[in-house]
Amino acid sequence: MSMFSQNPLMNGPNYSFSETPRVGAPEGAREHRFDPYTDNGGSTLAIAGADFTIMAGDTRLTSGYSINSRFHRKVFKIGGTTTDQHDAHLVLSVVGFAADGEALMERVDAMCKMYRYRHGRPISVKACAQRLSTILYNKRFFPYYAYAILGGLDEEGKGAVYSYDPVGSYEREQCRAGGAAASLIMPFLDNQVNFKNQFIPGSGEGHALQERERRPLTRQEVEVLVKDAFDGAVERHIEVGDGLQMMVITNKGIEEIILPLKRD
Amino acid sequence: MSSPFSINGGACVAMVGKDCVAIACDLRLGLQALTVSNNFPKIFQYGDNVFLGLTGLATDVNTVSDLFRWKVNMYRLREERQIAPRTFANLVSSSLYEKRFGPYFVSPVVAGLDPKTGRPFICGFDSIGCIDFAKDFIVSGTASEQLFGMCESLWEPDLDADALFETISQSLLNAVDRDALSGWGAHVYIIEKDKVTKRLLKGRQD
Repeated sequence: MSMFSQNPLMNGPNYSFSETPRVGAPEGAREHRFDPYTDNGGSTLAIAGADFTIMAGDTRLTSGYSINSRFHRKVFKIGGTTTDQHDAHLVLSVVGFAADGEALMERVDAMCKMYRYRHGRPISVKACAQRLSTILYNKRFFPYYAYAILGGLDEEGKGAVYSYDPVGSYEREQCRAGGAAASLIMPFLDNQVNFKNQFIPGSGEGHALQERERRPLTRQEVEVLVKDAFDGAVERHIEVGDGLQMMVITNKGIEEIILPLKRD
Repeated sequence: MSSPFSINGGACVAMVGKDCVAIACDLRLGLQALTVSNNFPKIFQYGDNVFLGLTGLATDVNTVSDLFRWKVNMYRLREERQIAPRTFANLVSSSLYEKRFGPYFVSPVVAGLDPKTGRPFICGFDSIGCIDFAKDFIVSGTASEQLFGMCESLWEPDLDADALFETISQSLLNAVDRDALSGWGAHVYIIEKDKVTKRLLKGRQD
């Protein structure tokens, strides 16, 4: 039986890593490989309000089962005139491969600075969103391994959230979760931000039921939702935890809030 | 996608409340992306207040549910009494471990009330019978990640029967709406002392 088996358990030691000795390879031959991507875990979240946008992310940085940092930012102010970004009006969150995320953030920030230099005014969130899509698609065949979310205020002063896949497909939404715990957080957002599956009691039978009317959430309500979403994610996902970084974008500027999360 | 656990799709969740428990499942049966049936319940009753939810490979859901119907019938004849949830959980565990090297591809969930104390009991298993006793909730199926997120944020201790129904229903409905392999309506059981309420939920039909 074991002569037909490919199972290393039966044919000697088995390896949990990829450097298994090659059988029948020429003497001294070795395979060299460069793996350009790592998944650094973490999660992000963005919710647009009537006159504000909240962007959030946890601050844990992992590779495999190791925690490389307990305070690594993945939510960035962009589009300011200086390096301290005191006059920035946009926020970009990136999750996935941290190095690619940071490289992407720096490119978008440089692009925003060039826009200001050429046009004499800050870039709109709509224009920045389209440009970010182009930047991502330009690397279609060696992508930035990053799930980006761009937040700001639109031309009418309303909250705007644009979410992306790694190759630049994008969409404007009310809310979006990204990264390792996106699948845990997103249905919660559907329910609590867009009131999905909530109906007016006694308004009908089955599909005749009237949906609960949507209402813009207040800043306080959204902050509570963000904290609850992350507390849930931290409890059940090992790559999420340590700290919660929140950026609140209003017409008065961008406020950064940092809160603790469970560190286990 | 070719994992036996995610060929047919489906989701199940159980929750503890104050002197009550709830268990709920979706109704979809599919073959990968193709939906074959929208009336495939995954919860089975094995006594006055003993319930089993089974997600995973549909053929094994049928086999395992029938196997336990037989085993519980034999238990009732021998013992001349109903099986208790904790006893049933141990029966599930040992039956699954019997097939350690050729398992049934199911993730069972047990929910019930202890017949003597009336205390809520829920637990979950992996496919080879390792029991996960939980004080709060158990999730299983292809929407388990979404269910974890929902339950972790909606559930709170000591919910009464009505609040528990609302919590488990919202958790399941919103979770399966973010999973392509689950959905198409739901069954929800609320188990109280001397009363079991079964409700059929009409969810999104897509």
